[in-house]
Amino acid sequence: MSRRKILLLKCLVWVGCLAPLGRLVFRALTDRLTANPIEFITLSTGTWTLIFLLVTLSITPLRRLTGQAWLIRFRRLIGLFAFFYGFLHFMTYICLDKFFDLADMVKDVIKRPFITAGFVAFLLLIPLAATSTAGAIHKLGGSRWRLLHRAIYVSAVLAVIHFWWKVKADTQQPRIYAAILAILLLYRVAVWLVRRARSIRSAPEVPASTDMEHDRGTGSQRIVPFNQKPRP
Amino acid sequence: MLIRKAADIRPSEVTPKELYLNRRRFMAAAGTGAAAFAAGRFLRNLITPGVLARAGTRLQYTKSSLSTQGETLTPLKDITTYNNFYEFGADKDDPSRNAGSLKTSPWTVTIEGLVKKRVACDVDTIVRMHPSLEERIYRLRCVEAWSMVIPWIGIPLSSVIKAVEPASKARFVAFETLYNPAQMPGQRRSVLQWPYVEGLRMDEAMHPLTILAVGLYGEPLPNQDGAPIRLVVPWKYGFKSIKSIVKIKFVENQPPTTWNLMAPQEYGFYSNVNPEVDHPRWSQAKERRIGEFFRRPTLMFNGYGDQVAGLYAGMDLRKNF
Repeated sequence: MSRRKILLLKCLVWVGCLAPLGRLVFRALTDRLTANPIEFITLSTGTWTLIFLLVTLSITPLRRLTGQAWLIRFRRLIGLFAFFYGFLHFMTYICLDKFFDLADMVKDVIKRPFITAGFVAFLLLIPLAATSTAGAIHKLGGSRWRLLHRAIYVSAVLAVIHFWWKVKADTQQPRIYAAILAILLLYRVAVWLVRRARSIRSAPEVPASTDMEHDRGTGSQRIVPFNQKPRP
Repeated sequence: MLIRKAADIRPSEVTPKELYLNRRRFMAAAGTGAAAFAAGRFLRNLITPGVLARAGTRLQYTKSSLSTQGETLTPLKDITTYNNFYEFGADKDDPSRNAGSLKTSPWTVTIEGLVKKRVACDVDTIVRMHPSLEERIYRLRCVEAWSMVIPWIGIPLSSVIKAVEPASKARFVAFETLYNPAQMPGQRRSVLQWPYVEGLRMDEAMHPLTILAVGLYGEPLPNQDGAPIRLVVPWKYGFKSIKSIVKIKFVENQPPTTWNLMAPQEYGFYSNVNPEVDHPRWSQAKERRIGEFFRRPTLMFNGYGDQVAGLYAGMDLRKNF
């Protein structure tokens, strides 16, 4: 895919990623945030955090299955939008819902398991967003960076639990998110198992870090597709 | 602060009923199908006029001294677009979008069980068991920690109970909502155990604050608010106030209730509004009044303690939540 096409696509992805926020702003300006605006904003930003987390997690499998290596260039962008919506969700809770009532929030986090889960899910995303720059990847080194960024799996699981525990009776939506997340995680387990089986068969000491290289040109990390991986 | 302005809406600022109805008429006229439907409805109402004749009719009612004083009414638009009525979907805006399929006329309510006069009669017949419709302005506190102030139109449940003469053995009253998945799309999935059932102790049912509501803001109940007849028990969480009632049964033992069956550790039979007993997953100490930015403290028995606390004298409200 050409540089120009990638740039155009990036613009489109930006617009798409900002659309949920645009919708909220539009509804706020036209007085259509329902009878309970704070609840509406909380639900909306929370839902989009979850969606962006799942989209982020589906890029690697999609890239491997389709062989479209350029997909990886969008992973960081979409991942950062997951953090962005998570941040808005968290801020809605602090600024609007609780209005900076610290004691109340601390009590919530300690006493309410669903809030604890959501809180930890968000905390885990902070170091990932902070180390998303090219510089941070260099500093940490590929393998350590990758290890750190596996925290997204835990965060996504906690985010789904957060949603599931929050629902009063109709668990249909959280079940859908849970099923998608399960597929995305099982795919990784399967890849890991296949890779382990192969490495045992060929050479026992395969350095795992060959999986990720750094693309200096665009400053984004690139992963060599599984089927093109150099074999020792 | 952006949303603050809503906190001090005066009744004079509430969207006039005429405008609201104009919008309704406009929408009805938008499609010929809708227009034909409206015409059919109008004709049917001409043939069977009743106390609750539909289509924007004003109800005749008297003001009640039992109305809550000094509260700002929640706008009609909020009361009719922000609903928990799982029979029409679990999202707040689902009922207002889906409840049009509910056929509220004719509507038969069956009164049965340990009672002298077992009847199956129209809503109008039930309404006539009390001399006149009354306006009752009550706070409504949802278990989800939001609240509204609603001008209901209805009759005291006690009048109906007295009229049908329950046996002395009857200690509880059980209520049941319509079960009709064709009209209530939410019932096609087993989110809750259908039909929705609720219950009150006899003294709670006989309490003067407990009403059967058939209208709000002076007009028949919109479908999404529990048309044509619903219970309103202002000192209990909203889910106790069962909607679209088809059956009232007098029983000896405490009847099953839907949310209690769903999650017994979260929703008790009594479910009195109580800021000191939290829901296991959230605090009940405060509530958000619809239209206000800041949460306000929740009042014991939703502020009706003076009238109802006596019903629970000597009871451990933490255990009987």
